[in-house]
Amino acid sequence: MGATHLPSTEFDGTGLDDQLEAEAEAALGEPAAEMVQLLGPDGTLGTDSVFSEYADRLDAEKLRGFYADMAAIRRFDQEATALQRQGQLALWVPLTGQEAAQIGSGRASQPQDYIFPTYREHGVALTRNVDLAELLRQFRGISNGGWNPKDTNFHLYTLVLAAQTPHAVGYAMGIQRDQRLAEANGLAESGTAEPKAAVMVYFGDGASSEGDVHESMVFASSYNAPVVFFCQNNHWAISVPTAVQTRIPLSNRAKGYGFPGIRVDGNDVIAVHAVTEWALEHARQGNGPVLIEAFTYRVGAHTTADDPTKYRESSEEALWRAKDPLDRLEKYLRSEGMADDAFFEQVAADGNELAAYIRKSTYESDTPDIRTAFANTYVEAHPLVAEELAWFEEYSAGFAGEDAAEGAGN
Amino acid sequence: MTTMTIAKAINEGLRATLSNHPKSLLMGEDIGPLGGVYRVTDGLIAEFGADRVVDTPLAESGIVGTAIGLALRGYLPVCEIQFDGFVFPGFNQITTQLAKMHSRSNGNLTVPVVIRIPYGGGIGSIEHHSESPEALFAHTAGLRIITPSNPHDAYWMIQQAVDCQDPVIVFEPKRRYWLKGEVDTEAAGLAEDPFKAHVVREGTDATVVVYGPLVPVALAAANAAAEDGRSVEVIDLRSISPIDFDTIEASVKKTGRLIVAHEAPTFGGIGGEIAARISERAFHSLEAPVIRVGGFHMPYPVAKVEEDYLPDIDRILEALDRTFAY
Repeated sequence: MGATHLPSTEFDGTGLDDQLEAEAEAALGEPAAEMVQLLGPDGTLGTDSVFSEYADRLDAEKLRGFYADMAAIRRFDQEATALQRQGQLALWVPLTGQEAAQIGSGRASQPQDYIFPTYREHGVALTRNVDLAELLRQFRGISNGGWNPKDTNFHLYTLVLAAQTPHAVGYAMGIQRDQRLAEANGLAESGTAEPKAAVMVYFGDGASSEGDVHESMVFASSYNAPVVFFCQNNHWAISVPTAVQTRIPLSNRAKGYGFPGIRVDGNDVIAVHAVTEWALEHARQGNGPVLIEAFTYRVGAHTTADDPTKYRESSEEALWRAKDPLDRLEKYLRSEGMADDAFFEQVAADGNELAAYIRKSTYESDTPDIRTAFANTYVEAHPLVAEELAWFEEYSAGFAGEDAAEGAGN
Repeated sequence: MTTMTIAKAINEGLRATLSNHPKSLLMGEDIGPLGGVYRVTDGLIAEFGADRVVDTPLAESGIVGTAIGLALRGYLPVCEIQFDGFVFPGFNQITTQLAKMHSRSNGNLTVPVVIRIPYGGGIGSIEHHSESPEALFAHTAGLRIITPSNPHDAYWMIQQAVDCQDPVIVFEPKRRYWLKGEVDTEAAGLAEDPFKAHVVREGTDATVVVYGPLVPVALAAANAAAEDGRSVEVIDLRSISPIDFDTIEASVKKTGRLIVAHEAPTFGGIGGEIAARISERAFHSLEAPVIRVGGFHMPYPVAKVEEDYLPDIDRILEALDRTFAY
């Protein structure tokens, strides 16, 4: 898998040329390294010696499902952005452009797998059946999570970049121990063992520079942990381009740790699904970690507080819009006769229904109570927390009868 | 009752934990065949295997971060940080992730991770090997911090830390690792609650609060003061977060004078917190300002001058002189 390309590590003239070439390619939206692609921007399906077999597992219903998921999460993204503009959310983190990377990988996971997202993985959340209204609670200032990860095996968003990557490896080390224990107890033979599981952890090109990613990959490699590192290279860490984070394709870094690294067209949902399915099976079977670099693009702003016109050309965005993940799948579905106008109309209608639900849930969401924070700081009783809560109750009681808006809450 | 050192008591406590909890495991640098740089985990890998006593890559953030993941999967990890001054690469994981996980999950997730840190000076070592960073962690809600001063406490507190559903940092007084004492491995007795302070010497004229490595120092100072006719009460704090203010308050209401001593710098330290709280709780009982004895506001100095830095018997006696001067 692209093993022949070993980039220069010297800053000689040749290396500089390579870098400039890579930057030029990046600016054009063309990858500088070998990349797995099955469904091209024109909607035609190509082949790959390894991954076509995985793509062949997808029938028309699954492909329509991928489209419906991508359309739903894009509509959700638009609605959340609108809610932020209306002051209903403090902040929003748009994902538009990254739908294929997230739906393709999320749909490749199985219920027993455990997923650690960063904070833009709304599409993956959808595939894990997280209530999308719950997802907005974090951005409305109601909760720092909003969903119970135990219900969906989809962890809370982590805002400290890459901090979740060692959690993922540790979780995978736990799975390893559980499986060894099950084998020792003969559960596998008796057919009562849990299905084999893996962990998938998401991070971006920016977070790839964090030390936690390095430490995680070292631990994962040393212990052969069943973990898939899924890096969405969306080309921009807020305002800083990928070239500042890395001089080589990020997928190549896996070689340094001794496990497979694959760059996949992150706007090709079929290829992303195929590669991720391969990687998760590889991990579940005990063959160790895999790094996937999904080569994609954040079409919108980093957050609703960001202004991409300050740091990048709109022509670059236009280049990537031409590679849109939804457009290319629509072309394919139509050309293969797998979906008709009625299907796409239904998807649009479903999207509007989802948006209405999100809007309504947000307007009607409850107001949190700081007593919950007192209660959840520690699991076990804690005298300082008890003392401060008692003080707060007494203090608050002094405002009894006053308008809540003018009372202790302010 | 068995006589053993603090290091051996922690070793035995860890052995008991590994035996009692099938999902407990130890992780850290050099804790396997070497048994840790202080031999606290000596012999445990031979007994429990490499899945339960894990020699990790040399990466503190990775150690704490993977421990969090293991805890999320239902395991009970006990991490060893090799030296106090090397905890900082793991500081982010401890303060932004470990401490907050239960809270930010609305109580849905628990991360019962234990982190053992040998701390304190007085061993003539090179830089980063003699520090007392406990206040940095005490300031972080969500963590519990305990520190044993004797073998019996050490044996029980490490096990109690594992039993606790909250994350617990155990600061181990490294210059007292070879201090011997009686350990009752059958019953915790007075050590039943790791978050309770102990009056280790009763007195009527002044209270000295200490913890970890300074407990023997304070006891020696109290004995010296007794020769001058002063009756000094000594409290072993045992828990740095939460702090058992009730025990200190009761003592101060009896003695009227309070000194808090620790190796960590006084500025922004645990002594300041105790002084403030006791001023609020026992203002009318105090005959003198609360006096802090501790390290200076400087990086831990080189070994050849650490005796000038560390609180010793004379520094505590000098503080007693000051409090009695009021």
